[in-house]
Amino acid sequence: MNIEIVGAGPAGLYLAILLKKLDRGVDVRVLERNAPDATFGFGVVFSEETLGALRDADPETHLEITDTFARWDRIDIRYRGRELSSRGHSFSAIARGRLLEILQQRCRELGVTLEFGVEVEELPEADLVVGADGANSLVRRHRDFGTKVRTEGSKYVWFGTDHVFDAFTFAFRETEHGLFNAHAYPYDERMSTFIVECPETVWRASGLDEMDEQESLTFCEQLFANELRGRELFSNRSLWLDFPKITNQTWHDGNVVLLGDAVHTAHFSIGSGTKLAMDDSIALAAALARRRWDLSAAFVDYELDRAPYVERTQEAASESAAYFGRIASYSHLEPIQFSFNLLTRSGRITHATLGVRDPQFTRALDAWFGGRPVSPPPAFAPFALRGVELPNRFGLVPSGFVAVSEEGRVTPETPVIETWEPSGEHVLLQLGHAGRRGATRPREAGIDLLLADGWPVVAPAPKAYGPFGAVPGRSDEKEVREQFLAAARRAAALGVDVLELDMAHGYLLGSYLSPLTNDEDDRLRFPLSLLEAVRQLWPRVLAVRLSVTDWHPRGNTVDDGIAIARALAEHGCDLIHVEAGQTVHDDRPEYRRGFLTALSDRVRNEARIPTIVGGYLTTLDEANTIVGAGRADLVLLDVPETQIERPIRSSNTVLLGEVGA
Amino acid sequence: MPGATGELLLDWARRADAGPFSSVAVLDRVVYDSYEPFATLAGAAAATSRIRLATMIAIGPLRSTALLAKQAASVHGLSGGRLTLGLAVGARTEDFDAAGVEHKGRGKRLGEQLAYIRGNVDGDRVGPSRDGIEILVGGSSGQAYARMARYADGYAHNGGPPRAFAAAAARSLAAWSDLGRPGKPQLWGQGYFALGDAARGEAYLRDYYGFTGPFVEKIAAGNLTSARAVRDLVRGYEEAGCDELVLFPTVADIDELERLQEALA
Repeated sequence: MNIEIVGAGPAGLYLAILLKKLDRGVDVRVLERNAPDATFGFGVVFSEETLGALRDADPETHLEITDTFARWDRIDIRYRGRELSSRGHSFSAIARGRLLEILQQRCRELGVTLEFGVEVEELPEADLVVGADGANSLVRRHRDFGTKVRTEGSKYVWFGTDHVFDAFTFAFRETEHGLFNAHAYPYDERMSTFIVECPETVWRASGLDEMDEQESLTFCEQLFANELRGRELFSNRSLWLDFPKITNQTWHDGNVVLLGDAVHTAHFSIGSGTKLAMDDSIALAAALARRRWDLSAAFVDYELDRAPYVERTQEAASESAAYFGRIASYSHLEPIQFSFNLLTRSGRITHATLGVRDPQFTRALDAWFGGRPVSPPPAFAPFALRGVELPNRFGLVPSGFVAVSEEGRVTPETPVIETWEPSGEHVLLQLGHAGRRGATRPREAGIDLLLADGWPVVAPAPKAYGPFGAVPGRSDEKEVREQFLAAARRAAALGVDVLELDMAHGYLLGSYLSPLTNDEDDRLRFPLSLLEAVRQLWPRVLAVRLSVTDWHPRGNTVDDGIAIARALAEHGCDLIHVEAGQTVHDDRPEYRRGFLTALSDRVRNEARIPTIVGGYLTTLDEANTIVGAGRADLVLLDVPETQIERPIRSSNTVLLGEVGA
Repeated sequence: MPGATGELLLDWARRADAGPFSSVAVLDRVVYDSYEPFATLAGAAAATSRIRLATMIAIGPLRSTALLAKQAASVHGLSGGRLTLGLAVGARTEDFDAAGVEHKGRGKRLGEQLAYIRGNVDGDRVGPSRDGIEILVGGSSGQAYARMARYADGYAHNGGPPRAFAAAAARSLAAWSDLGRPGKPQLWGQGYFALGDAARGEAYLRDYYGFTGPFVEKIAAGNLTSARAVRDLVRGYEEAGCDELVLFPTVADIDELERLQEALA
């Protein structure tokens, strides 16, 4: 068996070591275009989890690597003249050059051939060819792996500094052109990695697009002089870059297999690239051992083993990249909430898991949120708006669709406001007119199925909702307005706390808002005038249920939805109930746990209006995290029936009965 | 599958009906040595009395809407109301070519078919009655989940490890809740097994799913070739909330049913 590994980064070298250990008889050669001591980037970061895997895979290098590690368990967040710390995060880092040195040395001991300064133009002839040659992999270009490369996140540049940070540090700096942020961590006793990042618009406005390497270094040095304590930044081909997110449909082809950045990248802001790469090496070597060098079987095992984990990490990394892209919208948050939002940005840390790592931090957050030194978690904090006091953030009880009139019903079973009564306290009265989604059958067997003997439906434009739907007539705005006003009067008389106007999901008011369903130019005209009219006579909380995006290429985008939310706020709306889609029947929804949370975050922090959000949230932990991080003010939970007890089987009972007898 | 005779298929259904199983299911493909799903289930309807008869899945858009409704309603009627109609858009262009049907627009057509069948459109003209046909929808796009929650009773998953099923189940529940359906969707999973001749099973899967390119490797690797693998999958799916798990044989041999029964005992 002869093996050619292209790329002498951590993944390639580590795989070479593991394969040689697996079978001393195999020929392993590593080909690298650069010199042995050339290294780009400064330090690389690991989490504790990886270390165990490295110890099991090769105790010798594990010992050497961990000996030179810089370790810390703290994240510092420097923001608006304050520094906040969170503990319990277990990081370690090493100079990339030192890591490669250790791995190269071990390769040589084991008899791996290392060749530097070799450009690999053609795929090497070998039994097994490994592409470990990074994000710009040449190996990948020789075969069809179904590679996709997209840019994600902001502009960034990678420096070193001789200021030794004593924690993973996120620093934020406001400038006249916008917000910059830095990611910094120590990697040995002399040096730290220092990455500077900003959105492309800020980058251009600051003139960085026209600066050379030295000018941009000086710019960053001055910007973060406070964090660097007067120390220098060092460049190592430090140019501003866009981060490429790389995915591949398949990780292998014939006798060629990819690993590390060549097959998947994860945005640097979660610091997982090297970890993913070395874990790939471990998994591939383990699969080859298990399958006794049956390459195709081993490659399948390797990919099946790694792909789900890599996918989750890439998802978290993309969330994190997007977070730093819209960082400016969080600059109104108080430092503690800003920090909690930052820590929970990728979905990997929640209120509960942070509470285990760093109980002090969650206690401080809860105390700040609850306004008392000892406070329950954020979801249990009371919420006051326009004189309405809610005891917590998850207990508002939605009424379900209540129609303003008989013709405004969705199904014959839809309650009508005239006869509707609140079921108890803290009701969210969801008032709507079904528009073109009306006159359908009861929802048990399906929705949007037209009644055989229904009633005429109305909308701003004569387009049916979905196949076999009824073509709507023109809505009588004056009549609809009167119906909503009468309904609001009744709600006031019933003592309802929160009145919600349904402008979501393609019901009548929602269909005014979308270019897919309304041909008018001023699509906000009727919904806003109606909102204003209701506001005149409704004293308590007035909410609007809004599809923030139509999830359709020709419909409202999230930016459009945020603009609409802003307009609604200006016209008297107190609370946006965040929804998405259903404006048309053939939208392209994105369903998963918490699928509306990111939208709520954007509406709340960009339009600066309180929000309530559902979207299949099933746990109080999700509620605590969302509310604590300022992604919503109120949540609607979908708590499933929980069954943890079951009857003891009767045979056991009989047995016990017999013993008793 | 190749080598499966009509006699074997009916015998399989008959024995499943007599055994501890709750459903018998068929796949759908045109350009392959396989039986047509509705014809097969009609045969199975006559050979059985208790067990549910399911398409897992049938490619809806290969058929005209009214004809699909009529076929499904006929099997439902012939079986005394035992049909579970799993539908999806299908993946192989050659099946569409062979059937003389446009591959493009298949998603939209499936939506129409579901609305037609579930909405009882033309129901008084195109009988027999479609009342009580349990409908499942498969597919992994957001639109597939929306179609499922809009028109169907549950979701038909396309196989894989329990964690893949669990992710699909969460998506199904999210869609169900988003579209305001009461209760919960039925969640159907599927797997492949070969408890006698594993190599033959693998060869069949490589052939049947060859069109998926390198993905076929993953499907073949998921074939359950031991009693333990079967039991682990069943347990994993159960924990992930699976209501009905369909295990497809990959070797045309009636003894496979016995082996499966033993593995599950």
